Amino acid sequence: MDLGTHASFIIASYGLCLLTVLALIAWVRVDKAYQERSLKELADQGISRARPETESKGAQ
Amino acid sequence: MAFWDYANPTRFLRLVQVLLPWLIGLCLLFFAVGLYMSLFIAPEDYQQGATVRIMYLHVPAAWLCMMCYSVMTLSSIGTLVWKHPLADVSAKSAAPIGAAFTFMALVTGSLWGKPMWGTYWVWDARLTSVLVLLIMYLGLMTLWRTMEDQIKAGKAAAVLTLVGALNLPIIKFSVDWWNTLHQPASVIRMDGPTIHPDLLWPLVIMAIAFTLFFFVIHLMAMRNEILRRRVRNLRMRAAAASHPGTAAATAQPAE
Repeated sequence: MDLGTHASFIIASYGLCLLTVLALIAWVRVDKAYQERSLKELADQGISRARPETESKGAQ
Repeated sequence: MAFWDYANPTRFLRLVQVLLPWLIGLCLLFFAVGLYMSLFIAPEDYQQGATVRIMYLHVPAAWLCMMCYSVMTLSSIGTLVWKHPLADVSAKSAAPIGAAFTFMALVTGSLWGKPMWGTYWVWDARLTSVLVLLIMYLGLMTLWRTMEDQIKAGKAAAVLTLVGALNLPIIKFSVDWWNTLHQPASVIRMDGPTIHPDLLWPLVIMAIAFTLFFFVIHLMAMRNEILRRRVRNLRMRAAAASHPGTAAATAQPAE
């Protein structure tokens, strides 16, 4: 593959796009891990979305 | 099950779990084929030489930065008109992705412009309107972060998004309405594309790959936003429970 006299512009374009794509992937993965860790920490403290047993019985 | 039933965030999360592996697989496949065609199969342009290979990144990124804003505009209508629980989540999650695509379009355009036009930047209508789009994305991201009440932030951002949508036809038709250094449309035209099929097909494959990538990241970001609202709501409930005298936490949208 011969990129000619303007190879540096082509390589810079592909390189910057790759970095941007990787940054987006890292952003969603790190954010997901953080939110899941926060939910787990809350669950360990007994704070979760599940309704208490007595409340769900009372609602029936 | 009706489409509207996916307004339930828990059902939406289950759907995302099923869809994501397929979308990721398709996205990787299209990127592999698209990059191979763009770098090894597509011929050089008779005037631009190998520099035309920047087109396979620049054009899909430019299309996607506009499509992303269109998704945000539709989501904003969903927020304001139907108060759809996921509409605000969708709009908020799409903004950073749109900003990234706009950044890619501007940078690759600049790197393409220097060898072809002799300059990285000119203040012509197409380039300036795309820069305005990037500023809109950054402004919306800032708005969501600065307002404490997420419901109010969602409504304010929806209104601002709809106002900013006026920029979309300006971007699209700027090359027709004004005398610009940027070339006129050569793919999406009333009389069909003016690009040779050997150059067009790799572009189409790369555009599909970019679109699939957008949907993958958007779904993942929406999932994160739903989890973030759950965390926030649980913390507010816990705080209200530890201080019984204070008012109970308000419900969060799409929690």
